[in-house]
Amino acid sequence: MERIPILRMGRHLLVTIQIDMQDQTALQLQEDLATMVEKTGAHGVLIDVSALEMVDSFIGRMLVSISDISRILGATTVVVGIRPAVAITLVELGLSLGGVKTALNVERGMAMLDAARVA
Amino acid sequence: MATELALTGSAPIGDERDIVQARAVVRTLTAQLKFSLVEQTKMITAASELARNTMVYGGGGEMRWEILAEGARRGLRLHFEDHGPGIPDVEQALVDGWTTGNGLGMGLSGTRRLVNEFEIRTQVGEGTCVSITRWK
Repeated sequence: MERIPILRMGRHLLVTIQIDMQDQTALQLQEDLATMVEKTGAHGVLIDVSALEMVDSFIGRMLVSISDISRILGATTVVVGIRPAVAITLVELGLSLGGVKTALNVERGMAMLDAARVA
Repeated sequence: MATELALTGSAPIGDERDIVQARAVVRTLTAQLKFSLVEQTKMITAASELARNTMVYGGGGEMRWEILAEGARRGLRLHFEDHGPGIPDVEQALVDGWTTGNGLGMGLSGTRRLVNEFEIRTQVGEGTCVSITRWK
């Protein structure tokens, strides 16, 4: 099983998902991120999914969980780069990622995290 | 997967890696059929949901594919077959948001919205076969 790397960028954590993940890889990422948020005291988590050609209900739920877990630990999560075809498919599937902050790209996502920190 | 896939074929679904593999197969097939990006994404996502059901609820099985030609129309049909416990109440399984205990999958109803044709054959104690078709 591959493991998704988590990078630290100042007060934020950055995750770029570049492979088609097995379910176990997604669950491991969820756990690794929770550990990292606690360990680093990160204020924000940015997850770049622009390389993902598909987000099914399992990965969609994982994004919702990560967002919830981070919030409980005091960090804001922003998911960036969801492709238009993926967005259309997710909504038709019935999963609209409620409660997950999203942004078009990394730049806007970072701006959201910085704004959240000030607030 | 750069090589063209045959008009019909099958792939085993035994563990999580096979779900990823099933997605890769459907990606190749839909690209081969020159589906639009949205059509490809919907079909790959539907395949992923059903492959996971086959593994989790059916205890494993296989995905079979058929490339269809009806006049000028071309399409892709996928069958997900297992020899698991079967679905006692298909009507209920098709209700939006319905899922058994562990909350995996978006249920069959969400998947049905991603395709043009959807069929379930199931027999308690025998197994389940879900077939989906998307036309270009």
